[in-house]
Amino acid sequence: MTLIVRGARILGGSAADLTIEDGTITAIGTASASADATVVDADGLVALPGLVDLHTHLREPGFEQSETVATGVRAAAAGGFTAVFAMANTRPVADTVAVVEQVAELGRRAGLAYVQPIGAVTVGLAGERLADLGMMARSAARVRVFSDDGHCVHDAQLMRRALEYVAPFDGVIAQHAQEPTLTVGAQMHESALSGELGLAGWPAVAESAIVARDVLLAEATGGRLHVCHVSTGETVEVLRWAKARGIRVTAEVTPHHLVLTEQEVRGYDARFKVNPPLRAASDVDALRAALADGTIDVVATDHAPHPVEAKQAAWADAAMGMVGLETALAVVQEAMVDTGLLDWEGVARVLSTTPARIGRLATQGQGIVVGAPAHLALLDPSGATSIETHHLHGTSTNSPFLGRSLPGRVVHTIYDGRPTVSDGVVA
Amino acid sequence: MRSLLTAALTRDEAIELLDIAEDMDQIHDRDQKKLPALRGRTVVNLFFEDSTRTRSSFEIAGKWLSADVINVSGKGSSVSKGEDLRDTVTTIAAMGVDGVVVRHGSSGAPALVASWIPQVVVNAGDGTHEHPTQALLDAFALRRRIHGAASRGKGLDGVRVAIAGDVLHSRVARSNALLLPALGAEVTIVAPPSMLPPGIETWRAAHTTDLDAVVDARPDAIMMLRVQLERQTGAFVPSAAEYVGGWSLSPERFARLGGETLVMHPGPMNRGLEISSVAADAAASLVLEQVRAGVSVRMAVLYRLLAGRTDS
Repeated sequence: MTLIVRGARILGGSAADLTIEDGTITAIGTASASADATVVDADGLVALPGLVDLHTHLREPGFEQSETVATGVRAAAAGGFTAVFAMANTRPVADTVAVVEQVAELGRRAGLAYVQPIGAVTVGLAGERLADLGMMARSAARVRVFSDDGHCVHDAQLMRRALEYVAPFDGVIAQHAQEPTLTVGAQMHESALSGELGLAGWPAVAESAIVARDVLLAEATGGRLHVCHVSTGETVEVLRWAKARGIRVTAEVTPHHLVLTEQEVRGYDARFKVNPPLRAASDVDALRAALADGTIDVVATDHAPHPVEAKQAAWADAAMGMVGLETALAVVQEAMVDTGLLDWEGVARVLSTTPARIGRLATQGQGIVVGAPAHLALLDPSGATSIETHHLHGTSTNSPFLGRSLPGRVVHTIYDGRPTVSDGVVA
Repeated sequence: MRSLLTAALTRDEAIELLDIAEDMDQIHDRDQKKLPALRGRTVVNLFFEDSTRTRSSFEIAGKWLSADVINVSGKGSSVSKGEDLRDTVTTIAAMGVDGVVVRHGSSGAPALVASWIPQVVVNAGDGTHEHPTQALLDAFALRRRIHGAASRGKGLDGVRVAIAGDVLHSRVARSNALLLPALGAEVTIVAPPSMLPPGIETWRAAHTTDLDAVVDARPDAIMMLRVQLERQTGAFVPSAAEYVGGWSLSPERFARLGGETLVMHPGPMNRGLEISSVAADAAASLVLEQVRAGVSVRMAVLYRLLAGRTDS
């Protein structure tokens, strides 16, 4: 099967036709129309390599009322993603070969994007003993990223052992950096606003203190550390120091932490309740600068679906998390591209190439070059869309961007040479 | 004003409520304690958190105004059967009530309730956020003691009030720190360093950790907050003895106040902890006047929000 993508601006540069045969990009230039080729009109659209999300909660098995693998990859495709890393906090937890292989198989069946399971670091995410890290790595699911996300690997000895243990198979520990003793009952960023609203504060140091410890452990062990959802300027400073020292650490920031601040908490609308919490405007500025200069390597969504009833509650009783796959690219455009902090090549780096490399996913993130697997996101960066529930394709609608206008839109997504989104419609 | 969710009122709004409360307060001295103002109105006291004094006070206030008052408490109701907050509230609203008085353990719950239903909502205390009718009754009791029969129309200009104790977790302190400065009072917050809220420097109040210095400055009134030494989040001060040593209105500190400083407490008191009996029971103590003022102020709030409100 031959697919011709006509007139796309490669990474926002000059327009070209892409010829795709059997799932591979075979030519870039001017394609002559052949009778049996399918043509995608991409005139004026920006072509990015298929996006790769290093941090997605697909909720299956166990929490299918929130999301399933099948609905989650629809959301992913709608957002221009061709691969997602599925977090391990399912029920049962993805801490065994059986569960990670089940999730991988559900992904294959869903077919709209590559689903790469993440394995738990500790059994049951309980932080007490290591899960079967090596067996998950050697399984058909080929796990390379391990995370107790939602929980911090708090015990220093366990964290050390985990970093050591995954090194031989080039694994990485993706840490949810949250010192639990500093965040008991914490509800929002600790600040004058938390004092005013009477919500228990979540101090910035609860994050940066763990990151500081972990980069030192990574240095001591030679292991590979990835810091999930960085939310504070202090953490950025620690990362900058660690990278200058040559420590093997990478980091991600979520789209919502690039544009939303703690001020959203006024009104107590639990759509804005998330872990880590929305921070101060100065943190947003620091995160944007860090993403632009490479201190933060990637954007990852932390797509965290919850049913309506989990969010329609008093603030302290409501669940933490936001869906984000569909809006990620638009938010990055608003925060980074339209502000001049990143060009489209930079977006391809932080949303495709680097996340695939951190996760050691060889079939993704190879860019738009001849010979690369044909994963593409084609977007129209002009105009703006007011986000409504019909723009969300997963099971849940807990988006903080509902009712808000975001720039650009994903027009086509191509996964493995096949359109998964055509003219904004998910296949 | 559709609802009363916060004590962040303007001076005029606050004085209007306090003046209505002056009118209502006369009912305490009558044999026949019934005004027809809210006849035919229905008020539900929706208490998701245990409370005796606040609930009783609202109930009496409603009944003295001839409203039909229904109490719904957390225990033994659908609330404890796992029904969610929105369902509980919209169900009660659908029964045709006119006003809902909400006490909830989570900060912000009354604001959410007010966003879900069209009825009048009164915040009767939400988590560690606010307790606006407590601040109003504190202001009322203070104004009464200072200005007596000439209270109407007056604020608390230049009145120096110290608020002492676990300010971090106190909804009483938050509401008072909003209302009293709006009425012209000069407020000083005093607490152990671990019990000062983040951002205290942005409040319209001075702050210190030194209760002795505050006592020696002999404020016009000192409000002692109820302290809960052991919380889910661990101890904020090392021990009860440490707390008493640094932040209790002990007999010795009370003596140093010199007898002119009014002593306030929102209750219930931990005698011997944040306040000594000699202070609580002194002539300068406003504690029981605060309780009485609670009924008057809540009558004023219900009257202001519900009387003459067209059905809509």
